[in-house]
Amino acid sequence: MASVFTTNAATPRSLTRERAISALQRQGALIALIVLALFGVIRYGPKFYSIYNIFDAFLNNNTYYALIALGMTFVIITAGIDLSVGSVAVLAAVTAARLSGLGLVPAVGGAVLIGLAIGLINGGLIARFALQPFVVTLAMLLFARGAALTLSDNAPVMVDFAAGFTELGSLHVGPVPLPVIITAVLYVLCALLLNRTRFGRHVLAIGGNEEAARLAGIPVGRTLLLVYAMSGALAGLAGVFLAALSFSGSPTGAIGWELSAIAAVVVGGTLLTGGVGSVGSTLIGVLLLGLIFVILNFERGQGTFQLNSFWENLIRGAFLLVVVIFQSRLARSGAEHRQGG
Amino acid sequence: MAAAPPAATGAAPGLRSAFAPPDRVRAFSALIALALIVLYNIIFTTNFLTLNTFNANLTQVATIVIVGVGMTFVIATGGVDLSVGSLMAIAGTIAPLFLLDANQFGAPWVGLALAIIVPLLVTTLCGLFNGTLVTAIGLQPIIATLVLFLGGRGIAQLIVNGELREFRNLGSPLVPSFEFIGLGQVAGVRFQIIIMAAVVIVAAWLLRATTFGRYVLATGGNASAARLAGVPVRRVLLGVYCLSGLLAGYGLIVVAINKSSDPHRVGEYMELDAIAAVAVGGTPLSGGRATILGTLIGALIIQLLRFTLIAHNIQDGITRMVIAVAIVIAVLAQRQRAS
Repeated sequence: MASVFTTNAATPRSLTRERAISALQRQGALIALIVLALFGVIRYGPKFYSIYNIFDAFLNNNTYYALIALGMTFVIITAGIDLSVGSVAVLAAVTAARLSGLGLVPAVGGAVLIGLAIGLINGGLIARFALQPFVVTLAMLLFARGAALTLSDNAPVMVDFAAGFTELGSLHVGPVPLPVIITAVLYVLCALLLNRTRFGRHVLAIGGNEEAARLAGIPVGRTLLLVYAMSGALAGLAGVFLAALSFSGSPTGAIGWELSAIAAVVVGGTLLTGGVGSVGSTLIGVLLLGLIFVILNFERGQGTFQLNSFWENLIRGAFLLVVVIFQSRLARSGAEHRQGG
Repeated sequence: MAAAPPAATGAAPGLRSAFAPPDRVRAFSALIALALIVLYNIIFTTNFLTLNTFNANLTQVATIVIVGVGMTFVIATGGVDLSVGSLMAIAGTIAPLFLLDANQFGAPWVGLALAIIVPLLVTTLCGLFNGTLVTAIGLQPIIATLVLFLGGRGIAQLIVNGELREFRNLGSPLVPSFEFIGLGQVAGVRFQIIIMAAVVIVAAWLLRATTFGRYVLATGGNASAARLAGVPVRRVLLGVYCLSGLLAGYGLIVVAINKSSDPHRVGEYMELDAIAAVAVGGTPLSGGRATILGTLIGALIIQLLRFTLIAHNIQDGITRMVIAVAIVIAVLAQRQRAS
């Protein structure tokens, strides 16, 4: 009873506060990204904003995480998780390197198809048998890594330079490398897919409340199957880029990529509880995580501090911690305000 | 699934034991799988029934069992602990720091005691940190433990500057005593077996016969119902993550056995093995029910499966694929029995 009056009295202010909270939740990562970029521009000058540094050193090397995080966004919106993506990328990289002698199309096609197939198995087990996503994709993490080791005879597979596969990594349109363009196009397509299509609405509805979505006649099983298939195929493409840019498919690479991708999605503001999320915020999350490491590298180059590479894991972990705590605080106070109103 | 009451309520025991005596049947089918693998090895693997084979598998089995027991408690509450492998690496890199000089801390035994107590304390505190993220901040267990999964190995790497430390060459008189906890024998039985047996027995007792055990199962069955029924859910969750952290401190013994601490390798993939052992042993990953004996059997299955494949010269890659398939089959089989 009392709460009705207090809420009424406080409506304008609490509305403003709610808006501020939701803006912060949506734009917090973007603000951090802009601040960090400005910091870099002022502190390091042209070395930092040179075309090579932006497009080749920064964006091109983040296409892997960007692609994996894109698939992971859809998975996490359905309140699931895909832990297999790092291993799938490695398997795809080995496949692409093995097939690179046959030319560009078979190598890319074969690797993406392998990723798609593993995604379909994940989705099939999760949708058909109602198994928990984390167990299924954890088993697939092991399986795909094993398959990569087998296919590569436990050693890195060099790509065939003669057949044109490496052009995928070296071609530029203007200053922009091809992988960056492909990734950007996929981000636009996926944003449209999520926001403008029936499939996108189904994905959001399932994450909001799977049982209600089922009762409302949404094809839950098929949607989940497609979401995990997409995640697998995008991880496959990430593996293709990895092979094209590093000239080899190494069965021991890409360890922990799934966690970087999850971190990027969460940092962007997509809730792990499902039902909410956006493709654009994931892109911001990926860029922010990437930029932090660029700046750490610049600082190391300037001799500000001696950081060995082991700090990287620690910083990733600490960063993830700060963001998820911040996010859950915001989500909670937002929910309390909505309940109050 | 939702219709099955948590074991703690004990509703309609007659019906339950008649139609779905879950834990016993699950542990039993895992036991049959284990028997088949052993039988296969006795027939087809040369030198299977030898002391060498036994010792080769013991360290790995003991590690999976001990870490898996902690994981069983966490999973029984409906959570998961992905940080165990990284915590093992932390324990393993801290322990040797106290062995550098026999009289570093006054008397030799003080250094030795610290080499055991401090790592266990640190990993328990890490568990407390995990539990706090889950209870106070309300994070999902996967994400909460992901923080230390990522950061924990970084901490271990920083402690030893990323180097593999071989401490058998230190010349410190403490090293042989430290190695004893890994490789020593008491009355002809390897010390590791004694630790493993003690952990299994105490854990089974905790789960079956104490209020804490009943609270753990009630929390996993239905946390909000448990809270309403007066179960101190927060404290129970803190307890299981601390327990999982404490048991991951076993990493110090792995290091004692290897005579060296490698921050990159100690406990690598252990979260996978532990979860697999729990799942294969018959503990449902949705929480509310658990079997320690099942985890023991599950760990034996996982390790013997790996040993069998390696003994028959199957490549490491294919071995991993087979174990992945075994995990999926185990989880599928559980689900069918539950429905």
